[in-house]
Amino acid sequence: MKKFDYKELVYSFHKEMLGNNFTLVYEGEITHQITKAFTSLAENKMDSYSEDTNMKKKVFHVMVECLQNLSKHAEDVKILKNKGYAGNGIFIIGRVGPDNEDYHILTGNVIDNSSVPELEAFLDNINNLDRDGLKELYKKQMREGTLSEKGGAGLGLIDIARKTGEKLDYSFIKIDEKKSFYTLRTKISRK
Amino acid sequence: MKPIKIRGTEDTPDVILDATKGLIEFSGRSLPEDVLSFYAPVLRWLEDYIKSPNSRSEVIFKLDYFNTASSKIILDILIYFEHLSNEGKDVIVKWFYHKDDEDMADAGVEYFEIVNIPYEMHSY
Repeated sequence: MKKFDYKELVYSFHKEMLGNNFTLVYEGEITHQITKAFTSLAENKMDSYSEDTNMKKKVFHVMVECLQNLSKHAEDVKILKNKGYAGNGIFIIGRVGPDNEDYHILTGNVIDNSSVPELEAFLDNINNLDRDGLKELYKKQMREGTLSEKGGAGLGLIDIARKTGEKLDYSFIKIDEKKSFYTLRTKISRK
Repeated sequence: MKPIKIRGTEDTPDVILDATKGLIEFSGRSLPEDVLSFYAPVLRWLEDYIKSPNSRSEVIFKLDYFNTASSKIILDILIYFEHLSNEGKDVIVKWFYHKDDEDMADAGVEYFEIVNIPYEMHSY
């Protein structure tokens, strides 16, 4: 059996991160504490190079909604002792654009195959709407939707599309007969 | 009715609910870990308040950030006061937004498209 080569692995992770301009990569349990830690990390980092206030707000906003989606909607969400929630997933934030002036946030989590059609229809519906359509959908969902026991309002994805003005770039990768891996990429552009 | 004062944290807002003054105020950030349990006492207080309100109610929102789950609760709060206003009670909602924060101003405008209530927009 080949000996586990941690040096190669660490070095290759390091190169992958730099090569892709990833500033934060996390795989594991996403909780409210993690959400607070990552958002404050990102805020401090953006402050360090005097990022524009509006960009900062947008990044913060999208991060919160993405992380809360992971903590509440992953298939293996569990209830914590303090009544919070934790779901497993991968969360990545990186820089993109010709001069790395934009941000993108990538998330991935396992979901049941049975949840795919409904989520896909919801995402497609969002992607087919223009600015005004999204505004109306948000208002309708606020009025008619109810908060789930996990405190989800079904508004996060609509809000991300509205705040970024970008289409939601998603995919479902089939793992087996029961599970799929759901990925979402959100771009926050300087416009 | 006992007033409620909740000190804000990095993820929950400052809350003032004072029946004798007719003052209801939310300021700061709202992205609680558990939106329902954070706002449950607030909504219970409001339910009692609208049964015997002050002659004038002033509702202030001065938030610099709220997540989508909180946005639903804010609508619920506004609807309580829409009922009061519909009953002919004197109600004013003051929506504050930072002068550079267009999204917060837009959010206020959108609420007042949904709820029919006297309001003022204030930038700071």
